Amino acid sequence: MAAETPAPASAEPLIQVEKFNYAYGDHQVLFDVDLNIRREDVTALIGPSGCGKSTLIRSINRINDLVESARVVSGKIKIDGVDIYTPEVDVISLRRNVGMVFQKYNPFPRSIFENAVYGLRVAGIKDRHDLEEAAERSLKAAALWDEVKDRLHQMATGLSGGQQQRLCIARAIALQPRILLMDEPCAALDPIATARIEELIHQLRGQYTFVIVTHNMEQAKRIADRTAFFYKGKLIEEDDTMTIFNHPSNPLTESYITGRLT
Amino acid sequence: MSPVSITENPFAGDNSGIQKRETIARWALRVGSYIVVFITVAIMLHIFIKGAPVTFQSKWPFVNTQFLTELPATLHVIEDKQGNHYETDVNGADAIKKKLGDNFRAEKTISYSGGGILGPIVGTALLVIVSVGVALFLGVACAIYLSEYAKHGKFLEMVRLAILNLAGVPSVVFGLFGLGAFVLTAPVFVDVPADRSVFAIPLGFTTLSFEGWDTCVLSGGFTLAFVILPVIITASEQCLQAVPQGFRETSMALGATRWQTIRYSVLPFATPGILTSSILGIARAAGETAPIMFTAALAFKDKLPWQKDLPPLPADASIFAHWEQSVSRFLGIFTESVQALPYHIYTLAAKIPQNEYAERAQYGSVFVFLVLVASLAASSVLLRKRLRAKYRW
Repeated sequence: MAAETPAPASAEPLIQVEKFNYAYGDHQVLFDVDLNIRREDVTALIGPSGCGKSTLIRSINRINDLVESARVVSGKIKIDGVDIYTPEVDVISLRRNVGMVFQKYNPFPRSIFENAVYGLRVAGIKDRHDLEEAAERSLKAAALWDEVKDRLHQMATGLSGGQQQRLCIARAIALQPRILLMDEPCAALDPIATARIEELIHQLRGQYTFVIVTHNMEQAKRIADRTAFFYKGKLIEEDDTMTIFNHPSNPLTESYITGRLT
Repeated sequence: MSPVSITENPFAGDNSGIQKRETIARWALRVGSYIVVFITVAIMLHIFIKGAPVTFQSKWPFVNTQFLTELPATLHVIEDKQGNHYETDVNGADAIKKKLGDNFRAEKTISYSGGGILGPIVGTALLVIVSVGVALFLGVACAIYLSEYAKHGKFLEMVRLAILNLAGVPSVVFGLFGLGAFVLTAPVFVDVPADRSVFAIPLGFTTLSFEGWDTCVLSGGFTLAFVILPVIITASEQCLQAVPQGFRETSMALGATRWQTIRYSVLPFATPGILTSSILGIARAAGETAPIMFTAALAFKDKLPWQKDLPPLPADASIFAHWEQSVSRFLGIFTESVQALPYHIYTLAAKIPQNEYAERAQYGSVFVFLVLVASLAASSVLLRKRLRAKYRW
């Protein structure tokens, strides 16, 4: 998180996906994906269901390792120039640096406080004061603090859907990751809750590098700096969001964003 | 609009017999269910009517304390010439005979039917504690491994098949297995191996000798553990699978290790279900007779497991000053053979001549047995309810 090498590093992309091929057993789902994700940008991944965008985002923190038979066929994903699929990389510390928010908000059936500090607890932080501070900081960052500060020790499952999802975001940023992956974070939310999440992403912009999978084209337009369009496991086009939506260079992209391709 | 005759009902039932078959099917199913309920209620009522009077009494404290707090004993029934019956134990028999003098007509002795059933109650409790402890540990460990760690494949299929087969093994086979494995060959630490030792590994300060644990609570408890293991593994695995996959992914995405994930985000939410499965286990373990016949149970024993002829601890002793002895005496409870309720019931029903006194002891034992198992089950259900309320998603 600390500002290490300032000027030249920011020019270099934070996440580099190079010739990435990924498969479940014999069924290949990603083909030669090349994608650079810039530091502190919000990058949206769009494309029809089954196009591999979720697989890609789940490969960035290697949570897809949990899926049996899932494997990297060839290629690399580098974060800060380090190939995260080499044995030297510890997935635990990788995941502490690459937070993730899932489609279905799923706080643990524990108190709001325990949810917020879960990542810190498993990292071995025991000091009550540190934990309370971190909980407050992350809940404030997730714009949830004012709504829950009086009931931190009540069950998180009693919150509304939008609040639960913001709690999941708070839980992820409590670890102060550099990257936040969001796999359709608003898919299970109503429009008001969705708006709040988008607002939150706007507030957090610049503090984290966001990679967001979304099915909602308007959402991508509203929140993303860059947009990447996937189709059938291939990256078709990646560019500034406005360029993608206004002047896509690939006819496939255009037919998708205009709703003629599903 | 064309005119429609009023008498014509477009929704009239047809006469093809479909409705008749529907009615028959519904009644067949209903009658089947009623029969099941009837049989269950009949069994329970029968045991209650015959057993409750043995266990309860009309005078304070309303519970037959003798029946619950005394060890089984031989019942002496003395009859005088007027046809009065006096029930007493071996000590009381002489006194009553002396008092009756010439009035004495006959004396009957009925084995095991006097006194109470404290010995079998204690024995069954100890067996259940050991077996459920062992089976929960092994079963939950196995279920966690199968559900959380093992990869799908040939090996997993084989393990599943083995568990399924284990569930089908007749309980008397478990009894013989327990006899061979725990009573005769399980390893113990001894200074000098016995002659029957299968083999002994000298360790210098002591010897690990495979000479068995003898018939005792430990042997019986381990044997029973294997009887209930399949139930506990299968049920625990289902409970683990029922925990949403999202919890695991979220936990791991927050940098938890697999074990941390299981420990904090899977097991706590599976526990209510696992406890439910152990209810079944407890009931089953308490009820099995064959597995403990060769491994733990005696038809009769006049001492409780902790009643041994040991020198008392020195007078100055606090429990802490002699903790080593205290611990070894406590563990000594588990190396004793015991009486157990199901085996006691079997003895009363099959091994002694039947008469009203034996029958009374039988029904009393069965009733107490049912009440014990039911209250164990009830307490587990309550515990599960409380945990359920705590962990909901």
